[in-house]
Amino acid sequence: MRHSAVVRITHWINTLSFFGLLVSGIAILLAHPRLYWGETGNVDTPSLIDLPLPFVLVGQSGWGRSLHFLSAWFSVLNGLLYVLSGVLTKHFRWTAQLEEESSPYNLPQRVTYLVVVAILFPLMIWTGLAMSPAVTSVFPSLVTGLGGQQSARTIHFFVAGALVLFLFVHITMVSLAGFRNHVKAMITGGGYPRKDRA
Amino acid sequence: MATAAGASGLAVAARLADRYGLIPPDDGGIYGVGETLTYAAQRILMANRSLAREFDRSQITKSVPIDGRPPEKESYQRLLAGGFADWRLKVEGLVARPLILSLAELKSFPSRTQITHQACEEGWSFIAEWTGVPLSWVLNRAGILPQAKYVAYFAFDESWDSLDMPEALHPQTLLAYGMNGQELPAGHGAPLRMKVPRQLGYKNVKFLSHITVTDTLKNIRNGQGSISPDYGYSWYAGI
Repeated sequence: MRHSAVVRITHWINTLSFFGLLVSGIAILLAHPRLYWGETGNVDTPSLIDLPLPFVLVGQSGWGRSLHFLSAWFSVLNGLLYVLSGVLTKHFRWTAQLEEESSPYNLPQRVTYLVVVAILFPLMIWTGLAMSPAVTSVFPSLVTGLGGQQSARTIHFFVAGALVLFLFVHITMVSLAGFRNHVKAMITGGGYPRKDRA
Repeated sequence: MATAAGASGLAVAARLADRYGLIPPDDGGIYGVGETLTYAAQRILMANRSLAREFDRSQITKSVPIDGRPPEKESYQRLLAGGFADWRLKVEGLVARPLILSLAELKSFPSRTQITHQACEEGWSFIAEWTGVPLSWVLNRAGILPQAKYVAYFAFDESWDSLDMPEALHPQTLLAYGMNGQELPAGHGAPLRMKVPRQLGYKNVKFLSHITVTDTLKNIRNGQGSISPDYGYSWYAGI
């Protein structure tokens, strides 16, 4: 099996923007590592969760926010390219066929990919936009549908956690199946032996 | 050939974007790319003058943390002690009739009361009821000149910021002198603060002293339209 150029390029742009989002997301979170439910929340109101992290109030959220939104733009435009090309080249249909043909070990992994691409990433975008006072002035249901702006923030945090968990699983699976071969295949587009498939 | 076509295409796009007010003043550097994309996308999205969500009285946050302190400088403290009787708001720049307004005059103008959500970029938030004069009403009274593109506003401390005309003329953009049915407390910006409910908390500058209408932000202080870029924060805060 070989990865197409679009799959390879979007994979690495996604890798880069994912780390941009993760690092900057942590910088933003540290400005107020307390999570709430509903519309509002602050140090004078009860929290849902007090994360065991320090409040970092020395302006790390400035570059954090800038890097977060820059990475988000890359991630979203790149994701659109990936989905569009996937639909056009029938990459997704090929994926579905593999589920039937290949080893049973592939099925849970493909389902996981589907959950990430079709559920977790869209949920990150939705909850992110639901925190924007400008965007919700146009589409209020984006935030009311989640139970409020602070609920959106809390869901954003947990879905980010799920994505990080996926990253660990992904890297573990690639390692078990042969790290060098798979990374090489994702860079050069070369194939690898069938039994070595992840 | 393709590179030249691409470059000229980008140049045309940049000129068009600038003409339609889609480029923020802090568009420089790698982060400027993200700022510009966000600002342009949100300006296009909000072309219909969407209103920020408003809430019910029962949703007002009981206790609101106060961020920062009232200015310690003597000129402000004296006005505070005198109940702001001698305070004046100057409205100047690209206007037909510059204004000098007292708090009593501002309160005699048509007012608007709105219960809106304010989120800090740090992540916390509150809901409060604000009463004030729509900024658009004051600007129209002063008579905005056709070349005006931004409204810059300045506080008694070193804080300052600016809005583009769509935000400045938005019906929910208030010069607020009342909070939750009371006079605006000193901690929340007495005697007057800007309320911009479609943007984050830091655009809502407290302790206002004057307003300048301008066609460019390049010659005001850091040239980036706001004190925020000095601390690494963006001029546009719609997200």
